[in-house]
Amino acid sequence: MNLLKKNRLKSRIAWVVALLFAFQFSFASGHEGHEGEEGKPVDVKELVFGHINDAYSWHIATIGDTHIEIPLLCIVYGQNGLDVFCSSNLGHAGHYTEYKGYKIAEKGHANEGRIIEVATNERPWDFSITKNVLSLFISCGLLLWIFLSIAGKYKKNPMSAPRGLQGLLEPLIVSLHDDIIKPCVGKNYAKFAPYLLTAFFFIFLNNLLGIIPIFPGGANLTGNIAVTFVLALITFLLTNFYGTKAYFEEIYNPEVPTWLKLPIPIMPFIEFIGVFIKPLALMIRLFANMLAGHMMVLVLIGLIFIFAAINPIAGYSVSLLSVALVVFMTLLECLVCFIQAYVFTILSALFIGLAQVEPHHHSNEVKKN
Amino acid sequence: MSLLTPDFGLVFWMLLCFLIVLVILGKFGWPVIIGMINERGDYIEKSLEAASEANEKLKNIKAEADQILADAKSDRLEIVSEAKKLRDQIIAEAKNEAEREAAKIKEATAREIQQEKENAIKEIRSQMTELSVGVAEKVLRRELSDSNSQAALINSLLDEINVAKS
Repeated sequence: MNLLKKNRLKSRIAWVVALLFAFQFSFASGHEGHEGEEGKPVDVKELVFGHINDAYSWHIATIGDTHIEIPLLCIVYGQNGLDVFCSSNLGHAGHYTEYKGYKIAEKGHANEGRIIEVATNERPWDFSITKNVLSLFISCGLLLWIFLSIAGKYKKNPMSAPRGLQGLLEPLIVSLHDDIIKPCVGKNYAKFAPYLLTAFFFIFLNNLLGIIPIFPGGANLTGNIAVTFVLALITFLLTNFYGTKAYFEEIYNPEVPTWLKLPIPIMPFIEFIGVFIKPLALMIRLFANMLAGHMMVLVLIGLIFIFAAINPIAGYSVSLLSVALVVFMTLLECLVCFIQAYVFTILSALFIGLAQVEPHHHSNEVKKN
Repeated sequence: MSLLTPDFGLVFWMLLCFLIVLVILGKFGWPVIIGMINERGDYIEKSLEAASEANEKLKNIKAEADQILADAKSDRLEIVSEAKKLRDQIIAEAKNEAEREAAKIKEATAREIQQEKENAIKEIRSQMTELSVGVAEKVLRRELSDSNSQAALINSLLDEINVAKS
């Protein structure tokens, strides 16, 4: 019985690894066809940034001259008012076309790769459903579906043992709630638990979706600074909006020797800067970590084409090494996905908890004496 | 698109989507899940407590049952031995009674026999006396019919008495 289970597990792992290989190969071969046939040297930088950056269409593969991609909705508000059109009207990388007075900026432009108004050469208000936005919709839908269905299960059978998805996520939810949120935030934890839990699962899910190479995964959402900016902003607002009097007192009048405060307010200044640095660090950390992971995988794949351009044999031999390294990196990324979500949550909880301080009665008494 | 400048559109959509998810899950997701988990935790704790209590009770009940069984065993032994004793006693009593009864009957029989014997002897005696008086009367009537013989008898009787006196 046990052996059977072990074998099944082994075969499952083998499947996952095989799938990863297949994805990486298909992912790689798509580019080989595209770039190789045109006879241009492979621009790894463009390849990497093309996958890391946001895009107006969801590119899946390019075989010969046919681009397999999902066209998305462009919503722009420019001088002529609101315009809604399909992104396929704007052409593909290398040969962008103008549509309704809008165009994707060419290489070398300040807004490279983003929609600009041809007349003014400026950015309109751009609410386009880009690759990242669609990925955001998908992940938000998944989050709602997962947790509302789980909540439904809890409501339906409140006293039964958790099963399936519920059983998978319950330990995570409980450990986050009891081991991070409760001790880090302190006694007002219940007010902040929904945000922290949502943030954790949002980041975790998007990190995981990010390392799946094909649709509906593969968008570098948590490695996009706009997303981490919003998350950090919410933490910042919660921290300072719900900050106690003692917390602000510690910023403007910290308990340090007077000479650090009086002629030049060094410490208050540092504390004040710290208020912004903390969420900024949150934003940069998540962004940089996820970006770096994606970049590493892409660069390792890119290596194959660099070497293949020199010599086919070198390309094949490097591809073996690259694939092995990419598998390793992808597995490492699985770990990083969890760790970054965890770190973001624990630090947010800590920052919020630090702003919930009670006045130091003890030190006041000492002062009076 | 530049890496380090947040794109306005994405910030907008992210803020919108995240806040919607946050509000929905904050209302219908997390409170339900956390609440139910806590409730179930309490329930499990209570159930465990109740189970251990019940176990304790069960142990006590078992001990009680064993006690009762042991008591019953000893009672049975006692009852059996008592019954044996009683039986022996009854048998013994019955025997005594029977013996006494037998003795009484024997005695009564003996007495009756004695009585009967005495009565018989008495009767025999009285009959014998009658008979002997009759015989004697008959003898005397015949003997004393003449005076001589009367005198002779008297004399012989006197002689006899004298002989017996001397």
